[in-house]
Amino acid sequence: MNARTFSIGGIHPEENKLTHEVATKVAALPKQAIFPLSQHIGAPAKPVVQKGDKVKVGTLIAEAGGFVSAPIFSSVSGTVFKIDTAIDATGYRKPVIIINVEGDEWEETIDRSDKLETVEAHPELTPEEIVNRVKEAGVVGMGGACFPTFIKLTPPPTAKAECVIINAVECEPYITADFRLMMEHADEILVGLELLMIAAKVTTGYIGIETNKPAAIELLTEKVITKFNVQSSKFNVSVVPLKQRYPQGGEKQLVDAVIQRQVPAPPAIPVNVGAIVQNVGTAFAVYEAVMKHKPLFERYTTVTGKRLANPGNFLVRMGTPMQDLIDACGGMPEGDNKLLAGGPMMGKALTSTEVPICKGTNSVTIISDDEARRKEPQPCIRCAKCVGVCPMGLEPYLLAKLSEIKNWERAEQEDIVSCIECGSCQFTCPAHRPLLDNIRQGKATVMGIIRSRAAKK
Amino acid sequence: MDFILIAVIVLGAIGLIAALVLFAASKKFAVYEDPRIAQVSELLPGANCGGCGFPGCSGMADALVKGADAGSLDGLSCPVGGAVVMGKVADLLGMAIANSEPMVAVVRCNGTCEHRQKIAEYAGLRTCAAMHACGAGETACGFGCLGCGDCMEACQFGAIHVNPETGIPEVDEEKCTSCGACVKACPRNIIELRKKGPKGRRVYVSCVNKDKGPAAMKACAVSCIGCGKCEKECPFGAITVENNLAYIDFGKCRLCRKCEKVCPKHAIVAVNFPAPKPKPEEEERKEETV
Amino acid sequence: MSKLIVSLSPHAHGTDSVERNMYGVIIALMPALLVSFYFFGLGSVVVTATSVAACVFFEWAISKYILKQERNSVLDGSAILTGLLLAFNLPSNLPAWIIIIGALFAIGVAKMTFGGLGNNLFNPALVGRAALLVAFPAQMTTWPKVGQWGSYLDAETGATPLSIMKDAIKSGDASLLNQLPDSLSLFLGNHPDGGGAMGEICGLALLVGLGYMLWKKIITWHIPVSIIATVFVFAGLLHLANPAYADPVSVILTGGLMLGAIFMATDYVTSPMTTKGQLIYGVAIGFLTVVIRNWGAYPEGMSFAILIMNAFTPLINNYVKPKRFGEVAK
Repeated sequence: MNARTFSIGGIHPEENKLTHEVATKVAALPKQAIFPLSQHIGAPAKPVVQKGDKVKVGTLIAEAGGFVSAPIFSSVSGTVFKIDTAIDATGYRKPVIIINVEGDEWEETIDRSDKLETVEAHPELTPEEIVNRVKEAGVVGMGGACFPTFIKLTPPPTAKAECVIINAVECEPYITADFRLMMEHADEILVGLELLMIAAKVTTGYIGIETNKPAAIELLTEKVITKFNVQSSKFNVSVVPLKQRYPQGGEKQLVDAVIQRQVPAPPAIPVNVGAIVQNVGTAFAVYEAVMKHKPLFERYTTVTGKRLANPGNFLVRMGTPMQDLIDACGGMPEGDNKLLAGGPMMGKALTSTEVPICKGTNSVTIISDDEARRKEPQPCIRCAKCVGVCPMGLEPYLLAKLSEIKNWERAEQEDIVSCIECGSCQFTCPAHRPLLDNIRQGKATVMGIIRSRAAKK
Repeated sequence: MDFILIAVIVLGAIGLIAALVLFAASKKFAVYEDPRIAQVSELLPGANCGGCGFPGCSGMADALVKGADAGSLDGLSCPVGGAVVMGKVADLLGMAIANSEPMVAVVRCNGTCEHRQKIAEYAGLRTCAAMHACGAGETACGFGCLGCGDCMEACQFGAIHVNPETGIPEVDEEKCTSCGACVKACPRNIIELRKKGPKGRRVYVSCVNKDKGPAAMKACAVSCIGCGKCEKECPFGAITVENNLAYIDFGKCRLCRKCEKVCPKHAIVAVNFPAPKPKPEEEERKEETV
Repeated sequence: MSKLIVSLSPHAHGTDSVERNMYGVIIALMPALLVSFYFFGLGSVVVTATSVAACVFFEWAISKYILKQERNSVLDGSAILTGLLLAFNLPSNLPAWIIIIGALFAIGVAKMTFGGLGNNLFNPALVGRAALLVAFPAQMTTWPKVGQWGSYLDAETGATPLSIMKDAIKSGDASLLNQLPDSLSLFLGNHPDGGGAMGEICGLALLVGLGYMLWKKIITWHIPVSIIATVFVFAGLLHLANPAYADPVSVILTGGLMLGAIFMATDYVTSPMTTKGQLIYGVAIGFLTVVIRNWGAYPEGMSFAILIMNAFTPLINNYVKPKRFGEVAK
């Protein structure tokens, strides 16, 4: 197939899709579920339960803390043990709700049947109704960024949406959760896409999938043809095979690859060039939220690593500590290990195995032995390989140096705020220099300077 | 011979014209600068540390002269030169100067390797800023010192060094000019400028951990748990407990050390006090047993 | 259970390393090295060995005793590379003591004084060659003929194709150019009666090296192609205007052009960091080479052209930026 890709830079790391063919298992319920109040971009949620309250699966336990925020629902039934602080994926102690699990009783409002609900059967679904249900169910971006979905579906008046792009690329090594979701719930995902298109008031949809998942491309293409390429359908949907390249899953790179439009530098976002990007897991969550009245409390997560005895894909209730999943895969390997929430390129290294699965945890990756440590950095040999791989057309060697010597003015001129922190530069650098560590620092400082400059005006 | 004479005359004429042009330019394009600015600059230490808040000593001299013309030198102080230099400057400008208390940088963390257990190994770029962005660090305390020395890097006077045994920075009181560079460099706001105190004596809470008691205790043996005993004990109302952390206001503290005695976690530190003398009864008992 | 290791992302790294790149270039130079042994015999072996040994020694000694570096910088392989490239610029009958002085200049002055690998402004091998050319003009401009297996210092010298071209231009007599070997001989290196520097002699061997480096992604095509294309066009125009100027194919195949375009100008540290910048750099080098060769005092212009453009690299880096993603046309 003639596959496209994004136009600037990119790398091709080892795939390591160890769990590609492993069918998804339902993870066992934990004994205690931990729910951080901040599982999304924006204000943390505010608890609406207290110690001793009884909850069911799907009960609201924290309401949205502001406009840019999302509510949190219990994924287990039991008693609220306490509202305390615990280490979450940021590495710091954050406020959490801890629930002791008793049984598995669900809220009656949730439709637990397997029946596929279609849009045709529900004419009452207006765009506003869909957005509202998505908001109340606490659906956020499931690709890892966790941006509240309802906000993305209502772009600012200056931007006009023209299409919805489903991000089924899964460009990070190791992760296969999205792939398994597509193979096991393709019909629901397409209804979810339809709901997203109605909510965004567009008629064009794309599903971007990398060519390393030929089974998914074949399956979805077949289903798209039967569902959308019919006379009665007002939607124009196509599956777009994309050449394997990291970071194709990055919003901006995906929009460039699928519709050949490049989003300008921040504060521009994809909807400024007409595209609304949603992860395939988010599309599934939208289907469940709107059609099954099921709020967001469980997700597909890959638990993987070269030294794990039985890596696998799990349907896991949020709040489950990672240790439970690691045990289900054979336990933590002996020796040096790095525990990552996410993939090896953009995942967060954790200090504790008790960190719970949250809305954005698409993978638990264990990196072992030699791979767990970095090599000693050497001086920059000015090979310019980092410049060649940067997908945003920046010069990482220069940005890292400017951040090191704290020259913020020049760093701003060199467009440091455009960096998407994908890590391609550091991955490629032959001298093993900590490029992204320095650039991240510089980007945060420069963004702070820009904010204070805007505030003064 | 003729050509030598011609060469001399021509060059001489060029020199003379150039000199006239330069003289005219220096008069026409001259920038008037108040001569006092140069005089004040002479008195200032010339370290250009920025501790006064102005760009270099010349910037400070400029501000001082403007302040003198406006009628007051309030708010202008050179931390490096201190009261001595400010006094001289005030004399030169014919102004009075308010006496300011000498300050010193205080590292409010006692989470040494002995007190704080490591729960993870950090294998990235060894700067406090990077480690802070990565997470809580190598220990369970997300507020405590990371020990990579960003403060050491920032100090232009060599007044702060990380002790390799304890992993915590130590301030050399003699060299510290309270310019505030280390305060800005610390990503966790652990360092604070506090009054040096009479004979260099000061009392402070050596902890900035805001976690609840049980979590703080698990992370570090000498963390403040916010129990409030010190707040109750202080006869001068100098201590406030907020967010599970006690804070001593150095403006109100009278160095009585009652809080230090009553703190169950030994989180309050008193520096430069004489060692306690043994009581007379104890001495007698010791002689008996010997 | 042992403690978990943490750091910021990314937590994976590719297979590339400094050593892989340095040794990759050395492997790419092997065909040219073997060919130079074949054509210049004993002299070539001695000169190469002396140059490499001297460069490695100087880098090791300076790193250990003067800079006092923890990890001796000689381990990354760049000193061996400089030694080889320096040797390739020299005549095969150069006495050992002159080579050692050249190595001292290349490593000591051009590389280590600037701060070691990554910080030098000028290409070390070329600085070594330029210093020797200026200090020992006689020894550095007499070139042994090819095919003398057993001779070193006693090798018989002859005119090189470049000197023939220079004579033709000076005298304006195009017929002198008939003395030039035909293009195939120039390409393969078996000049019937003439010689040249050790590494320049065989274009084919150098192209094999280029192919290897492109395959292993050590360098990109931009610099070699832009240099050779510019020389071809410019020399071609001159040849059409006045036949006393040699034809462009001969110009490309003679002297240090291929060696310079493929191995010297592509040196990481001294070439620009963007592909646009590299193309500008290459075009300028090509242009300067032809200018110096035709109208300068020396018959060879490549080394000076590269050194001049090395000085411009920081300027090119400052002003030539890569195309930003989402650049809005102003």
